Amino acid sequence: MAKINTIAELKKLREDLQGAAQANAGKPLVNVSLATCSVASGGRDVMAAMKEETAALGLDVEFVQSGCMTFCFAEPTVVVTLPGKDPVTFGYLDAEKAKTLVQKYIKDGELVDGVIPVGYERIVL
Amino acid sequence: MAEKKQLRIATRNSGFIDPENIDSYIAAGGYLGLAKCLGEMTPDQVIETMKASGIRGRGGAGFPTGVKWGFASKYASDDKYVVCNADEGDPGAFMDRAILEGDPHSVLEAMAIGAYAIGGNKGTIYIRAEYPMAIERLKIAIKQAEEKGVIGKNIMGTDFSFDLDIKYGAGAFVCGEETALINSMEGNRGEPYTKPPFPAEAGYWDKPTIVNNVETLASIPAIIVKGAEWFNGIGTETSKGTKVFALAGKINNVGLIEVPMGITLQEVIMEVGGGVRDGKEFKAVQTGGPSGGALTYKDLDVKIDYESLVACQSMMGSGGMIVMDQDDCMVSIAKFFVEFTMEETCGKCTPCRIGSKRIYEALDKITMGQGSLEDIEKLKQMSNAIKDTALCGLGQTMPNPVLSTMRVFEDEYTAHVVDKKCPAGVCSDLLEFVVVDDKCVGCTLCKRVCPVDCISGNAKEIHVIDQAACIKCGACLDKCKFDAIIKQ
Ligand SMILES: Cc1cc2nc3c(=O)[nH]c(=O)nc-3n(C[C@H](O)[C@H](O)[C@H](O)COP(=O)(O)O)c2cc1C
Ligand code: SF4
Ligand code: SF4
Ligand code: SF4
Ligand code: FES
Repeated sequence: MAKINTIAELKKLREDLQGAAQANAGKPLVNVSLATCSVASGGRDVMAAMKEETAALGLDVEFVQSGCMTFCFAEPTVVVTLPGKDPVTFGYLDAEKAKTLVQKYIKDGELVDGVIPVGYERIVL
Repeated sequence: MAEKKQLRIATRNSGFIDPENIDSYIAAGGYLGLAKCLGEMTPDQVIETMKASGIRGRGGAGFPTGVKWGFASKYASDDKYVVCNADEGDPGAFMDRAILEGDPHSVLEAMAIGAYAIGGNKGTIYIRAEYPMAIERLKIAIKQAEEKGVIGKNIMGTDFSFDLDIKYGAGAFVCGEETALINSMEGNRGEPYTKPPFPAEAGYWDKPTIVNNVETLASIPAIIVKGAEWFNGIGTETSKGTKVFALAGKINNVGLIEVPMGITLQEVIMEVGGGVRDGKEFKAVQTGGPSGGALTYKDLDVKIDYESLVACQSMMGSGGMIVMDQDDCMVSIAKFFVEFTMEETCGKCTPCRIGSKRIYEALDKITMGQGSLEDIEKLKQMSNAIKDTALCGLGQTMPNPVLSTMRVFEDEYTAHVVDKKCPAGVCSDLLEFVVVDDKCVGCTLCKRVCPVDCISGNAKEIHVIDQAACIKCGACLDKCKFDAIIKQ
């Protein structure tokens, strides 16, 4: 991992990273919550099932893991961002529902049950 | 929800970035706050910014963070320490764990900012060993931050250096209290000691030390980047910014929320929290865990900030919110929390060690229907005496659950001792299972299921429960298909 030697380098790195994310925006992005509570309710199984299903359907999807999404009542949760669309949070998943999510929403953009309305504004630095 | 009630500052990144990848944090503006401090601000300016932002500690006591840092900066010393308090012992609270699992770098960055501000160069995170995933992610974060040069020697090429390590707690509630925490970090028994001297003057290894809570720290990079005025514009006159709460108990949306200070209890429970589960009646919410108290259906219009909660004999605490409905007995709730503190008392001082036991015994007696009005009076007296005489915050706040439940639910206490009834139907010793005569068809099912054979009656005749022999197991009530058995 390259060391950051000046403050300017940090700022440059940030811009590069944002640029890389932009370049990747043509792909669907799946963010899986993997905090203690999400893992305990089966988050890892959901991630595995979705990876398996995207592979089976030959879809090119980017997966990332993140921490707590704050929706304990609906874990496991994932956020799916389709190119050009706002992120959508899906909850109450299990392996089976996760596969349906890939088949319907990721492949065809067709919404499935379990959408969680997001009631917050987030500070972005 | 039309209007967005939540504002995420401390939890701005959790759930959005990969906590195991520093690049993910940097892409989200990570370490820009530290860079701004090192590149554009003097340590005094950092402290002034913290003061002007109005941020107060999120670990419970609500002490202004900038003032605390200001104290520590005044004392000259070769070594000064920044300690992150990640003990989180309050039952029902999991805000700090979530932040550490979702955004560990925000805490590391803030600790470095704190060290720069007070003129220190060492930091320690004190975390309970029961948080393995948070610990793992912290370790990864520290390693990556060192490799990137944002923690360690000559950070980002400046002459500021900052080293970090982790210490593990064994999960004692009292070790979250800052002086007990310092004792524990030094390898001593986790017992509090009297202040002054405050840690800011002589803390870890007798060096000037700032102890800050995880959530306090996680907000700091945002304050530095966006400015004191931005933060100061959120919240109420005395309480600025946002607070993270862990909603638990009888509420629909169990989970974490982050809301601006000054939001009403009504909005938190009914809107953000989605209301009480199963359409039941909201009764109360315990805030501040075992040190806090109950806000009730009468307090729904209270604006949540440090002062208003204290006015209701509760406290902000670290952010646990346990929601109770009509089926919860307030005496039992108070007993539950006192039992917790009774087990967690370190035993160093008498009011807390013996007082918690005596309060517990009195509550236990009341829930068993053996209490008297005199016991209620005694409870009040003991509670006030302990508040005034215990050495540390654990003992001083231990009676809060009792006093605050009595504030609104004294009639419930009276019902237990005078009428020998538990209005919520929780205290089993005060319950009676009885057959409703005009509903009973004499099917004999209850008689056959009763483990102590205390139900009598012939087939097709009304059955009768012998109250003296009944052990209140509830089996008959579950079995009766005609709703002919009730508990009262
Ligand atoms: C019994 C007791 C337990 C405490 N537990 C915690 C805890 O788990 N986490 C925490 O941050 N502060 C806890 N505190 C408060 C700390 O003593 C201290 O005030 C706090 O860590 C300071 O950080 P802050 O100013 O950022 O809130 C506890 C206090 C008492 C009396
Ligand atoms: S108040 Fe309780 S926990 Fe605190 S020092 Fe006294 S005995 Fe120990
Ligand atoms: S089960 Fe119900 S209906 Fe049947 S005998 Fe018992 S009380 Fe009566
Ligand atoms: S509550 Fe239990 S012990 Fe009492 S009458 Fe019913 S079945 Fe028998
Ligand atoms: S703790 Fe984060 S979703 Fe439950």
